Amino acid sequence: MTETALSLAAAVRNGDRTARSVVEEHLTAIEAREGDINAFNLVMTDDALAQADAVDAQVAAGEDPGPLAGVPLALKDNMCTRGVATTASSKILEGWEPPYNATVVDRLAAAGAITMGKTNLDEFAMGSSTENSAFGVTHNPLNLDVVPGGSSGGSAAAVAAGFASLGIGSDTGGSIRQPASFCGVVGVKPTYGAVSRYGLIAFASSLDQIGPLANNVADAAALYEAIAGHDHMDSTSIPLPALPVSSELDHGVEGMRIGVISELDGSGIEGIAVDVQARTRAAVDALTAAGAIVEQVSVPSVVYGLSAYYLIAPAEASSNLSRYDGVRYGLREDGANNEAMNIASRTAGFGDEVKRRIMLGTYALSAGYYDAYYGKAQKVRTLIIDDFAAAYEKFDVLVTPTAPTTAFEIGARTADPMTMYVNDICTIPSNLAGHPAMSVPYGVGDDGLPIGVQVLAPLLGEVAMFRVGAALERSLL
Amino acid sequence: MSSPISREDVAHIASLARLSVTEKELDLFTGQLADILGHAADVESLDAHDVAPTYHPYPMTNVLRADVVRPSLDREEVLSQAPATESGQFRVPPVLGEA
Repeated sequence: MTETALSLAAAVRNGDRTARSVVEEHLTAIEAREGDINAFNLVMTDDALAQADAVDAQVAAGEDPGPLAGVPLALKDNMCTRGVATTASSKILEGWEPPYNATVVDRLAAAGAITMGKTNLDEFAMGSSTENSAFGVTHNPLNLDVVPGGSSGGSAAAVAAGFASLGIGSDTGGSIRQPASFCGVVGVKPTYGAVSRYGLIAFASSLDQIGPLANNVADAAALYEAIAGHDHMDSTSIPLPALPVSSELDHGVEGMRIGVISELDGSGIEGIAVDVQARTRAAVDALTAAGAIVEQVSVPSVVYGLSAYYLIAPAEASSNLSRYDGVRYGLREDGANNEAMNIASRTAGFGDEVKRRIMLGTYALSAGYYDAYYGKAQKVRTLIIDDFAAAYEKFDVLVTPTAPTTAFEIGARTADPMTMYVNDICTIPSNLAGHPAMSVPYGVGDDGLPIGVQVLAPLLGEVAMFRVGAALERSLL
Repeated sequence: MSSPISREDVAHIASLARLSVTEKELDLFTGQLADILGHAADVESLDAHDVAPTYHPYPMTNVLRADVVRPSLDREEVLSQAPATESGQFRVPPVLGEA
């Protein structure tokens, strides 16, 4: 894809192209390859064409159609769309049509973006490969035998395949950044609270954050600006407007202080592949060449991040998913009384990974174990925040690999949950701290598959983070 | 080291979580949960008695809004998504009674 989201929007805004022609072109691309890739749970052909016609009518009438006018977008299917099926890739929500839109959906429509469809994910966003879906596996467009990553694998695959110019994902432990790395696209997890979670189907509420996927950093920045900013419908929404990131992208990294987290560079935690280490070093060298001051830095407590995350996220999930009881929406299986109906509905509706996490979370919160597991994990969160704070006294941003390896073969890690969980080892610390982080594609590994480099920043540090992301991208030109 | 979680524990938490598990699933889940909790032993054994817990990453308290009446979701639209309704309400099987 040579055309960027911003160039498409410019062409639609100034009348060089119609939004309808842009959407039709992308529908053709979907028709050609969706059968092989399975990025979407639902392609919204009629809605997309109607939205495109509305944008074209605005242009014809001389009205402002928005900064993302006519840009095709892939929306992860755990965000509510009024009257349009929203499943979270779970059988328990199959056929559910929400009575309201997520705030991001309204903001995207106001910006002129065209939602092409709802994309596949690991059920309730619990997974790192988009294999745990009630609606089938999504394949990586760059190699159909490997996973696209997850849980936002459908959105990442849709962007990489040219089905949409932009994608929206959600990131609880790396679910935007890791699939971005595996599919060779840019993925951003903004600061916790920067983007409203209203209408995002809750997984782990203190960690979940919505963010952009795009083919380049400038497109991701424009998408971040379209969706970020305070929303009174989400009490955890930060009462600030979106940070002005797009205007800063070209400012370079001259004199910026960049730390490489030694625990995650291959010399600390085991399992970071040699080719991933090499590409991370290449990125660091490029930043040094661009004028940044780069040094190693220790953030010791990040090594506890994985364990803490797999106690906290399931604990919050066990509470959040108690709402699926067969009463108000979704699947109901018959039972002689209400409790029997609840049990039958949940047992039939949830997949194994979701059941595993609900049980793990229930255990971590149960009497006698709360202090040892959930309580202790919440203290690890504080340790990680404190260690990051110490690092950010000396550095503007930090750099790590995004994922320990390139994309793995479909089916290779489904038998043992722990082998899947270690995928998130580099991405989890930012979720635990609430900090922003982004993955930027930085070449390929020995297998020819993409490798992403992760840029981390402190709370509301998006401006510096995007600047470094843009510098990395420029260094590859 | 003894397993951090027993088959009986798993059966108990499944019941608390309103999930029904077969004997075979009980074996599978017990092994997997023991494995995951085994990896969490590093956190369990960490000395952090003087560290305050973090429940929420962005410090905010008492988020208030003006107490003004606003439109809520449309009742018919909400009820249209329910498995069973009656007289404008959700209908469920008997709450009391034999399973």
